[in-house]
Amino acid sequence: MSARVFVPADSSALSVGADAVAAAIEAEARRRGIDVAIVRTGSRGLFWLEPLVEVEGAAGRLGYGPVTPGDVAGLFDRNFLTGGAHATALGRVEAIPYLARQQRLVFARCGVTDPLSLDDFRANGGLQGLQRATTLSPDAIVDEVVASGLRGRGGAGFPTGIKWGAVRNAQADQKYVVCNADEGDSGTFADRMLMEGDPFLVIEGMAIAALAVKATRGYVYIRSEYPHAFAVFSRAIEVARAAGVLGANVLDSGRAFDIEPRLGAGAYVCGEETSMLESIEGKRGLVRVKPPLPALSGLFGKPTVINNMLSFASVPWILANGAKAYAEYGVGRSLGSQPFQIAGNVKYGGLVELAFGPTIRELVEDFGGGTRSGRPIRAVQVGGPLGAYFPESLLDTPLEYEAMTRVKGMLGHGGIVVFDDSVDMARQARFAFAFCAVESCGKCTPCRIGSTRGVETVDRIIAGDDRPKNLEVLRDLCEVMTDGSLCALGGLTPLPVLSALDHFPEDFATAPRRAAAE
Amino acid sequence: MTAAAAFDVTLARAIIARKQSTPGAALPILHDLQHAFGYIDDAAIPLVADALNISKAEALGVVSFYPDFRRAPAEGRVMKLCRAESCQANGCEELVAHLETKHGIAPDRPKPGAGLQVETVYCLGNCALSPAALVDGEPVGRLDAARLDAIVSAGQASAQ
Repeated sequence: MSARVFVPADSSALSVGADAVAAAIEAEARRRGIDVAIVRTGSRGLFWLEPLVEVEGAAGRLGYGPVTPGDVAGLFDRNFLTGGAHATALGRVEAIPYLARQQRLVFARCGVTDPLSLDDFRANGGLQGLQRATTLSPDAIVDEVVASGLRGRGGAGFPTGIKWGAVRNAQADQKYVVCNADEGDSGTFADRMLMEGDPFLVIEGMAIAALAVKATRGYVYIRSEYPHAFAVFSRAIEVARAAGVLGANVLDSGRAFDIEPRLGAGAYVCGEETSMLESIEGKRGLVRVKPPLPALSGLFGKPTVINNMLSFASVPWILANGAKAYAEYGVGRSLGSQPFQIAGNVKYGGLVELAFGPTIRELVEDFGGGTRSGRPIRAVQVGGPLGAYFPESLLDTPLEYEAMTRVKGMLGHGGIVVFDDSVDMARQARFAFAFCAVESCGKCTPCRIGSTRGVETVDRIIAGDDRPKNLEVLRDLCEVMTDGSLCALGGLTPLPVLSALDHFPEDFATAPRRAAAE
Repeated sequence: MTAAAAFDVTLARAIIARKQSTPGAALPILHDLQHAFGYIDDAAIPLVADALNISKAEALGVVSFYPDFRRAPAEGRVMKLCRAESCQANGCEELVAHLETKHGIAPDRPKPGAGLQVETVYCLGNCALSPAALVDGEPVGRLDAARLDAIVSAGQASAQ
C-alpha cells in the first residue's frame, strides 16, 4: 500500500502555496520511485502553519508545516513519510495545543478527511445523524433540536428548533430549506472552511431540516468571493446525489430532498435573509419588510427554513449524540459549541471551536498569541463589520449571546478581529458608515442616507469642525439608524460606531492618532 | 482565466436558454454570460428580459445592483483586493497607497493598458492570512508590497 500524504486544498492553504507543495511532493516521490498517494483535505484551521502537510504515523497523523516546495526534497531525505525528524516537524497534529484544547463538534472532520469522499465521511461518523432522523417523525426531529438549545449561528441567535417548528406547522404544497453561506463578515471563514473541508456535513444538516419540516427542495447561497468553496460544494452535492444521500429517496427513507447551489454576486446585504431570498428569486437583493416571516412566506412565497451554514452543520451531531449531550456544552442560554474565528493583527489566526463561554482574552491572547506586529492590543472587534469594538478593559467578557449584549456588542458569526495600538478608532467608525453606504440595498432611508450622513459627520469630527455639536448629531443619527432601519445592516452599523466613540473617545477629540503612532 | 469570447447574440441566446426554466434564473444566467464574454454587454439585457419575462428595466436593475456584474470588459487580469477590517488591521490600505504611488493603479478605476484591474472587495474569508486578494480567482494570502509588485508585473507582461 502506498504511503498517504495529506495536503490541504483549502483556499487559505492555497493562498500560501499548497498546490505547489502538493506538486513538489508528487514530483519528488516519482523521482525517487516511492509510491505516494496525495489526499487533498480541508484545513485544520491552524493557518500560520499552512501549508500543513500530514502523514500517517502509528499513533495518529504527524504534521510538518509550514512547508515550502523547497523543503520537499529535505523532507524525503529525512523520511518524513514515516515521521522522520525535520525542521518543520510538528509531531502529532492532534497534540498541538491550539488543536488539543478545542472542543470540535462541528469541525471534527475538517482537515482530516477527503472532503469529496463519502466513504471517508461515513468512516468518521458522518450520516449517523441523518440516519437517525429517517427513523424519527418530523415532530420528534424538531423536538430534539429545540431540546438541544441550538440558536442561530448567523448572528441573531434565534432558537433553531422553534423556527423549524413554525415551518413544520405551516401548510403548503411546497416548502424550502435555504442555507445562508453568504459569509460576508470580515474576520469570518468558518463556512468557507466547511464547504471546502467537510461539505457533506452541511448537506446532512440540511437534509435533516428537510425531513423535519417536510421540505423537498433546498438552496445554498454561496458568496462569489468564495469560488473554490462554490466549486467543492457543488461537486459534493453531485456526489451526495449519486450516492442517494440526496434525490428522490434520501437514504432509502422514501422522502425526497435535493439541493441547488446558488452563487451570489458581491452584495453583502444578500447575507440578510430576506434579501437573500430576493436574490435566489432572481431579483435585486432588496430587503423585505417582515412580517410575513420567511417561515410562513419565504422563498417564492412558500414556508422556508433559513439557517446559517453553521446552524445546519451543528444539527448532525445533535441528532447522532442526542440533545442532552449537546446541551452539556456551553453556558446559560448559549448552549453547544461555537466555531470562533481569530483574525486581524494576530500571531496565530485560525479556527477555534469551543463550548460557549470563553473570554475574548482567552481567544486573542491564549490562542491568538497577541498581535502579529508585537505591539499592544488596543481594540478587538467581535461579530464582523456590524459588531462592537472592545477595549482592553472588556476583554474578559465571556463570548456568549447574553454577555455580549450586556456590553452592547454581539457575537455575530463568531469572528474576532484584533487591532494593535496603531489603529485610529475614528477612522474605523468612519469605515463602518462607509461600508454601510456601499452595501446598503437602498430600500430604507435611515440606512441609505444615514450611512452617508454618518461618513460626513465623522469627517467633520476628525477635521475638528464644531466637535461637540457634531458628536451630538452622530449619536442622534445612530439612534435613528438603530430604531428606524429595516434590517441589521442599517440597524447595527451604529454598534461599531458607538463602541468606538464610547470606548475610545480620545480618538474623536484630538488629531488622528495614526500620525502620532508612526 | 479562460479567454473570453467576443459578444455574440446567438451564443448569448444559447447561454440564456440553458437555464431559462430554472426558478429564479437571473443570477445563474448573468454569471454564465459574464463567464463567457467577460462582462454583461448592453445588448444582452433585452435578451435576458425577454427570456425571463421581465421588463428591460428590471433586468438592468438586477445587473446594476450586483457589484460582480461588469458592464465592460476588464482591463487585463482582475485582482479583487480585500479592504475589510481584518485586512485593514494588517495594512491593506498601505498596499493600496503603494499601488497608487508606485504603479499608478487605483482600486475600482480601471486604467487602459495596465494589464491589471484592481477591485475593492470586503472579505475573501482568508482573514487569518490577511492581507488577502484573489487574482483571476486564485487566492493570495499574506500579501505584501513585493508580491503586489510581482502581480502587477505579471499583469503588464500579459497585456503586451
